[in-house]
Amino acid sequence: MGRRKRLAQTQSGAEGMHSLPALLHRNATQFGDAPAYREKEFGIWQCWTWAETAREIRAIALGFLELGVEKGDHIAVIGRNRPAHYWSMVAAQMVGAVPVPLYQDAVAEEMAYVLDHCGAKYVVCGDQEQVDKVIEIQENLHQVKHILYTDKRGMRKYDHSQMNALDDLMAEGSAGHARFDEELDRRIAEIEYDGTCVMLYTSGTTGKPKGVVLSNRNVIESAKNSAEFDHLNRNEDILSYLPMAWVGDFIFSIGQAYWCGFCVNCPESADTMMTDLREIGPTYFFAPPRVFETQLTNVMIRMEDAGKLKQRMFHHFMAHAKKVGGLLLDGKPVGFGDRVKYALGNLLVYGPLKDTLGYSRFRVGYTAGEAIGPEIFDFYRSLGINLKQLYGQTEATVFITVQPDGEVRADTVGVPAPDVELKIDDKGEIHYRSPGVFVEYYNNPDSTASTKDAEGWVATGDAGFIEESSGHLRIIDRAKDVGKMADGSMFAPKYVENKLKFYPDILEVVLFGNGKDRCVAFINIDLTAVGNWAERNNVAYASYQELTANPRVLETIRSHVEEVNKSVAADEMLSGCQVHRFVVLHKELDADDGEMTRTRKVRRGFVEDKFSDIIDALYDGSKQVSTTTEVTYEDGRKGSISATLEIIDVPVVPVAQHKVAAE
Amino acid sequence: MLDNSEGYVTEDGRKIGGVVMEMKNITLRFGGVVAIKDISFDIREGEIRAIIGPNGAGKSSMLNVISGFYIPQEGEVWFHGAKRPQMRPYEVARQGIARTFQNIALFEGMSVLDNVMTGRLNYMKTNLFQQAMWKGKAEAEEVENREAVEKIIDFLEIQHIRKTPVSRLPYGLKKRVELARALAAEPKLLLLDEPMAGMNVEEKEDMSRFILDVNDEFGTTIALIEHDMGVVMDLSDRVVVMDYGKKIGDGTPDEVRSNQEVIDAYLGVSHD
Repeated sequence: MGRRKRLAQTQSGAEGMHSLPALLHRNATQFGDAPAYREKEFGIWQCWTWAETAREIRAIALGFLELGVEKGDHIAVIGRNRPAHYWSMVAAQMVGAVPVPLYQDAVAEEMAYVLDHCGAKYVVCGDQEQVDKVIEIQENLHQVKHILYTDKRGMRKYDHSQMNALDDLMAEGSAGHARFDEELDRRIAEIEYDGTCVMLYTSGTTGKPKGVVLSNRNVIESAKNSAEFDHLNRNEDILSYLPMAWVGDFIFSIGQAYWCGFCVNCPESADTMMTDLREIGPTYFFAPPRVFETQLTNVMIRMEDAGKLKQRMFHHFMAHAKKVGGLLLDGKPVGFGDRVKYALGNLLVYGPLKDTLGYSRFRVGYTAGEAIGPEIFDFYRSLGINLKQLYGQTEATVFITVQPDGEVRADTVGVPAPDVELKIDDKGEIHYRSPGVFVEYYNNPDSTASTKDAEGWVATGDAGFIEESSGHLRIIDRAKDVGKMADGSMFAPKYVENKLKFYPDILEVVLFGNGKDRCVAFINIDLTAVGNWAERNNVAYASYQELTANPRVLETIRSHVEEVNKSVAADEMLSGCQVHRFVVLHKELDADDGEMTRTRKVRRGFVEDKFSDIIDALYDGSKQVSTTTEVTYEDGRKGSISATLEIIDVPVVPVAQHKVAAE
Repeated sequence: MLDNSEGYVTEDGRKIGGVVMEMKNITLRFGGVVAIKDISFDIREGEIRAIIGPNGAGKSSMLNVISGFYIPQEGEVWFHGAKRPQMRPYEVARQGIARTFQNIALFEGMSVLDNVMTGRLNYMKTNLFQQAMWKGKAEAEEVENREAVEKIIDFLEIQHIRKTPVSRLPYGLKKRVELARALAAEPKLLLLDEPMAGMNVEEKEDMSRFILDVNDEFGTTIALIEHDMGVVMDLSDRVVVMDYGKKIGDGTPDEVRSNQEVIDAYLGVSHD
C-alpha cells in the first residue's frame, strides 16, 4: 500500500473516533509498525511503535483495574515528559478515570492544594523526589490509596504496601489479563464523546489554581481542526519537553499525536533538551518565546567568539536574509538575483545554522504564551523557519486565534482558528465560542458561571482589538491590568514591559503606575547575556546580586529604558506609560517564591504587595532603598536576602497633551 | 586472621556483612618520617567507612596503602580473607578496588564519555589489533561496555555533558565524572579521597546523595577520606580517626564524637 493511500485512510478513518483510546486502536491497527514514541535513554533513542504502545497502555490499564480504579476516579501524573507518563494518562481514560497532570517542579504545598481539590486516589510519580512530596502531603490528606512510580532509583527502602513501580503494575496487569480483559473492553466501550478527557489546572496569575475539565469532544475537535489547519500528518516528529500539566503539551503530545498518528519524542533529561532537539530535528515545534530568545542569545554569543571571516559571512548573509527571507517564506515576489544570493546564503550560513539549532526539518511551529520580540521573530523567519504565533487558553483547549501561512506578523496573533467565533465587548475584552470551550471548572460553579455564559461565550480576561485591514487579532494586555493613570490616560503595562524585554539584557519587567501620575518599573537582568558581557569586559562579580548592582550594568539598562521611553512616547494612547524611575531587582522573580506562575507569568498583585517598600521608594524620590526579601529554595526551605538597591532616574520625552482614548 | 563475625545492622536498616578488608598493624615510613604508625582497622562489606583526621594525620597515605600505591614497611593488608602480597596498583584494580583522587586526575582533553570508558579497561579483552580492525569481537565488546557506562552516566545524571571535554567542566562536575569513572570499574571496594573538597553546599549535597545511592543501589563498600565533619558524620557507618599517624578513635559517628582524644585532636588541648 502506498504512503499516500495510507495517509488518506488515516484522515478518513478518524471520523467517528470519539476518544483517545479509540484513536490509539485505529493507529495500532492501521499503521502499527510506525513509530509512536521515542525516548532517549542510556544514550540511545528507544522507540515504540503504535502497536507496542497499544500493548503497553493496555497493560497499564489492566493494572489499574487490578488496583481497583473506579470510573470517575482521578489519577494524578507528576513527572517529566516520558512515554510511560503519557501512557498512564491514556490508560486512565481507558478505565474511565480522569487523568490530572501536575507541574513536577511545584513544591509540596502547591501540590497539596491540587491533589486535595481533585481528590486524586492514585498518583503516578516520575521519581523518588515526587514520591517524597506525595508522601509528605499524604500525612494530612489521607486520600491517596496507591502511589506508582516510573524511576525505581532509591525506592527500594520504601514501604511498598501502598506503592508499586509502574513496570511491576504492568507486569501484573498483563499476567492477570484473563480476569480483566472483559471489564476493560466494557469500560472502553462506555467512554462517551462528552465525557471528561482530562483535567488541567490553570496556573492562575491571581488566586488558587482552577481545575479545567476538558471533554473528549473538546480535545478531539481541537486536535482535528488545528491539524487540518496546518496540514499535519502522521510523518511529523515533535519534541515533547514542555510541562505535561500545560494544556499545550496535552494537545500536541496526545491530542494531535493520536489524531494524526505522528511520533512523540521525549528528551533524555531537562538539561539535554537542546542536544536532543538537534538530534530529532522536529518537523512541528512549539516553544514559548523564551526558548527562541535563549537560542538567539547563544548564537550571538558564539558568533562573537568566531573568527573574523565567519563573523563577516554571518553578518553579511543575515542582512540579506532579513531583506528577503521573510518574503520568500510568505511566497511574495522576490527578484532573481536576490533568490540566488539567498540560496548561496542557505548553503553557507542558514543551512548550517538551522542544523545547529535543530530546525533543519522545521515545517511549521508556534510560539505563544507571551509576546515575542519582533527582531527575534524575524530572525527565525528570515532563516526560512516557518515560525508563527497563536493565541490560546486552557479553557479553549488551546486554540483561539492562529496565524495562517503567508499572513505572519510579529504584532498580531492571527485570525480566529477554525470553528472559533470571536467578539470584543464594549470594554475591549475578548470573548470566544468554539467546540474547544471547556466543560467547567471542577467543583467551582461560581467561577464557571462568571467565565462562561449560557450561550457558551467565554471571557478571556484579555483586552484586544481586531485590526480592520487584516482581520487579525491584536492583544493589548490582561484586561484587569489595563488601567488609567491619574490624568486619565491609558495604562497598559505589558506594552512597555514587552518593549523592554526585547533587549537581551533584560529578562523580566514589572511596570507600575495604575492610578498614579507616572510609571515606575522593576527590572530583572538576564544572567546569561549580562554575565557574558561581564566576562568579555573583565567585570568581576561573585553573585547575581552583585552583578545587578554593578554601575555599568545599571547604566546599560538605563540607556535601554531611555530608548524605550522614546518609542513609547510616539504612541498616542500610551505615551503616559514612559518609565520615570526604575530599580534592578536583586533577585530573579521566581515561581517558587510565588512571584510567577509555573508558566512564568508575573503575578502582578503579589509582586506589588511583596515589594511594596521598593515601590514606595520609587515614588517618594529616594536615591536608594534597603530591603530584605524572603526566598524559597528548591527543596522548600526558606531563607532571606537583603540588599540596598540604587534607584535610577530616566529622562522622559515630554508629551504636550495627553490624548485620552475616545471619550 | 579473618574476623568471621556476622556483621551488624545500621540505624537505617542496612545489613552490613563480614570483613572485606583488614589492615593489620600497618606502619609506613618515608625515610625518617613516620606517616602511619601501627594502625589496625577493618572495612566490612556494604558499609561506608570514613577515615578522618586533621591535616597531615596520614589519611591519604592510608588510602594509598589500601589502593596498593604505597607498600607499608610493616604490617599486613588482608583482602577477602587472604593476605595480599605486594601488588602494583593495576593488579589491585583487577581485584575490584577503584578510587578517586583528591586532586582530580581525569584526562582533561577527552570527553566525559571517553573518560568514563577508561574505567572499563579491565573488562576489555580484545587486543590492540582487533580493536583497530573494529569488527566482530571488538565491536561487541565496545557495545557491551558502552551500555554499562551509559547506565552509570544515567545514574549520576551527567547525560548533558556526555560529549563535553572534561577541561570545560566546573569543579563539582569533574568530581562527579571521576566518581563515574571509578564506578565504571564495578568495584567491590570504592575509595574516595576527599570527594567534597572545595565544593559549595549544593554540590556537597548532590555528592552525598550520590555516595549514598551508590552504596544503596550497587551495594558497593565505600571507604572515604573527608575533611567536612558534618558530611562524614551524616554519611558514614563507622569512622576511623587518625592524628599524627596514629589511630586515636574507631567506631560509630556517635562514639567517635564523644571520644575525648578525638575532641582534643580537633579542638586542641589547653596546657595549663
